[in-house]
Amino acid sequence: MDGKRILELHVNGDLYEVACAPNTTLLEALREKALLTGTKRGCDLGACGACTVLLDGEAVLACLTLAFEAEGREIRTVEGLSEGGELTPLQRAFVDHGALQCGFCTPGFLMSATELLSENPRPTRSEIQRALAGNLCRCTGYVKIVEAVEAAAEGAREGGGS
Amino acid sequence: MKKLHVVGQRVPMHDAAAKVTGRAQFTDDLVLPGTLYGKLVRSPIPHGRIVRIDPSRALALPGVKGVVTGKDIPDRVYGIVPKAKDEHALARDKVRYIGDEVAAVVAADPETAEEAARRVHVEYEPLPAVFDPLEAMREGAPLVHEALGTNASASIRKEFGDVDAAFARSDFVFEDSFYSQAVNHAPLEPHAALAAYDPQDGDLTLWSSTQIPYFLKRNLATTLLVPEHKIRVIKPKVGGGFGQKIDMFAKDFCACWFARRLGRPVKFVYEREEAFQCTRQRHPMYLTVKTGVRRDGTILAQEITAHADGGAYNSTAPLMITLSCFFVMIPYRIENLRYEGYHVYTNKPVGGAMRGHGIPQARFAIERQIDLIAARIGVDPAEMRVRNAIRAGEPHPAGFVIHTCGFAESVREAARAIGWAEKRGKLPYGRGVGLAGASFPSGVANMAHLASGAVVQLLREGRVNVLSGAADIGQGAETVICQMVAERLGVPMEDVHITAADTGTCPLDAGTFGSGVTVRAGNAALRAADDVRRQLFAFVADRLEVDPEDLEAADRRIWVRGSPTRGMTLAEALRAYQYDDRPVPIVGRGSWIPPAEQPTTLLTENGNFSPNYSFMTQAAEVEVDPETGKVTVLKMVTAHDCGQPINPMLVEGQLEGSILGGMGQALYEDSTCIDGQQYNPSFLDYGLPTAMEMPEVEGIHIDTDDPEGPFGAKEAGEGTQLAPAPAIVNAIADAIGVEFDRLPVTPERVLDALRKKRSEGGAGPGG
Repeated sequence: MDGKRILELHVNGDLYEVACAPNTTLLEALREKALLTGTKRGCDLGACGACTVLLDGEAVLACLTLAFEAEGREIRTVEGLSEGGELTPLQRAFVDHGALQCGFCTPGFLMSATELLSENPRPTRSEIQRALAGNLCRCTGYVKIVEAVEAAAEGAREGGGS
Repeated sequence: MKKLHVVGQRVPMHDAAAKVTGRAQFTDDLVLPGTLYGKLVRSPIPHGRIVRIDPSRALALPGVKGVVTGKDIPDRVYGIVPKAKDEHALARDKVRYIGDEVAAVVAADPETAEEAARRVHVEYEPLPAVFDPLEAMREGAPLVHEALGTNASASIRKEFGDVDAAFARSDFVFEDSFYSQAVNHAPLEPHAALAAYDPQDGDLTLWSSTQIPYFLKRNLATTLLVPEHKIRVIKPKVGGGFGQKIDMFAKDFCACWFARRLGRPVKFVYEREEAFQCTRQRHPMYLTVKTGVRRDGTILAQEITAHADGGAYNSTAPLMITLSCFFVMIPYRIENLRYEGYHVYTNKPVGGAMRGHGIPQARFAIERQIDLIAARIGVDPAEMRVRNAIRAGEPHPAGFVIHTCGFAESVREAARAIGWAEKRGKLPYGRGVGLAGASFPSGVANMAHLASGAVVQLLREGRVNVLSGAADIGQGAETVICQMVAERLGVPMEDVHITAADTGTCPLDAGTFGSGVTVRAGNAALRAADDVRRQLFAFVADRLEVDPEDLEAADRRIWVRGSPTRGMTLAEALRAYQYDDRPVPIVGRGSWIPPAEQPTTLLTENGNFSPNYSFMTQAAEVEVDPETGKVTVLKMVTAHDCGQPINPMLVEGQLEGSILGGMGQALYEDSTCIDGQQYNPSFLDYGLPTAMEMPEVEGIHIDTDDPEGPFGAKEAGEGTQLAPAPAIVNAIADAIGVEFDRLPVTPERVLDALRKKRSEGGAGPGG
């Protein structure tokens, strides 16, 4: 009734074959079809950033991206940040600095911060705030999130690897 | 001071790794085969009778499995405060606000459910509506709940001392009025519920994004007419609540309703618009404060009148207005006080518990007026607060028992840290500093059903299991409970595992509200841990031929105090215990209820309100752009007395979150409601602060050690959201000489005020 077809989505290095309609969002495809529920739905309107994922390395809002637009591209979600169960320095910094409370906005922040640090390994505090301006958080007041990103950047600078 | 190993440490949340890897499961992340999806049908008018509901077009849609309306469900009202229950899960005869639920549908997928909800045909007979609490109090105003006979559904009147005589002997008496706006909690996770039913044994399980699993179970039993023991409520990870997830909601009831009827799991997830408009918000409030002072600023008497805009249903009405009343009684010594407050129904979104729960509004009014009075009589506002500060151990007019109080020190410290002496009244035009004080209870004593229970099991391999009723909604309740148990048993954090907030397996806890969890559930867990410790130490002491009182435990070792080589590892102790044919695991249990020296029924009698009280002062430095009206908060200082923090990192997290929350209320947030219609139920138009608004934050810990709190702790979850708004508005007054009496202070309001000041020949830069 709604013209679904099978899309091949490359997520975190794996291939997912999912049945999507033309208007299925990437967010729906990830959460409901690929069962990757790490990416969150906070508003479905592109205003909160909880659904941020990386598409070919660029942070996008999955609720405003159509699933078919993501075909043939590299999608990375929070589940694909760490390899083999080891937390990345950014994830470790979030944990150690208390940069999360309820954790609902956290995947979106991690994806936005991952993009920032890959493009700008030595961001100023102001640059961090600007890069994260599209991710809303109600619990933390942002202070420890910014501190964690600074710490992760600092750690990388000191040769901590990535 | 005893050395602590785990308590008092900056321990990351025990589930932080799960949250940063996307493994943490929130209600909408749970997947059960065969799940059906539900949507609610809501009233488009603010007040009206339901004439007719025709679900036939919805039922005809392929994939739709059912429709339910108010007429199909038992005629049972529910509510978190037993004496104020006034809400049906689905409206029966009439609708009372735009968004009121009238029906629900379930279907094979969410899109079909959404289409089906649109196809349910409802006819209404509109009724006159009322949108303002002062209007709603007038004779002849439309009644939102006719049976009550009035729109003032809850009220409180308290009087101490002789207020009129005290006004008569005051050097000055001032009366000022204030307004505090509707604010939304806006937790990032929308409300969600997933119900599953086993038709063979009649067991119903509900996973719900809730702060109150045990109350929810009770409300479900009452409204579904199912015995409580057949209902199990499980709280998964919750993506924030701040009070908006206290109460049963239509999603909980309807998920259960359909699951029982269809024998399949049913999931309801609210859209963000529904979370904004159809759950709860902070009560808008009109306040008038009349204060009599001596010329040195000592407060002799205060008279406060408050009208809270309750919206269409009660929710926590009597509790909210009572808190608003009682918490004007601290942190200042007010021996002659009269408070009259009303919770008033209107045909608008429903007010409920929101971080601070009636107190931020009152604190805004009182803290603003202190600054106004200080300016009028020529005293320093910080000094005036210190002069009037209560102190620990003083008799209190309402009977509060205050063992520890760091308020006066918090004022001085906050003033010092913001640079009060150098800056107040001395910064260039457009920059200013201000401060405000507050106090908050650590949970409420003397209310029924507020015991908490815990079970601690020490397994023979050294693993510790904790069963607790505590509902962690992101504040870290589970983590601090594990810290406290780890400390008591002498093991590291990683050995302690917690199962919580599952009504089927965990002992009772009232839930996450009133900043009571650390004190209440923490004390219960401590008692359970003490029970385990007693059993193990009796055995070890016997082996070492010492008294159990002489033993210490830390880092998985037990030894004789003063003779560290006389001891054994925990592993050795447990092995010996087992080989002595004693039962393992060692199981301890504990319950805790706040001490009640005098009975206080919340609304009618005086007496101690809470096991202990936190105290704090916030100071703000702001910069106002006179061209755009924009207010930038440069720095916020919070000096807080929360006793001994169990986990300083988590306490800081609470304070920082509260500061941004208070900033939002001061400057950006306003759930704008016109003729009952909310105009900004989305993050696009609702001014939630972003990382760009984050100021420099400095936290100062005022050290007290409370006898009632576990390890000397007091609350830290709500108190800091009481005073940022008045601190900021007080700073704005210092910056541009404009006194704002209503929130939020938007750029438009700043420009209007500056324009008005100029046209009255008032001050501009340099004047």
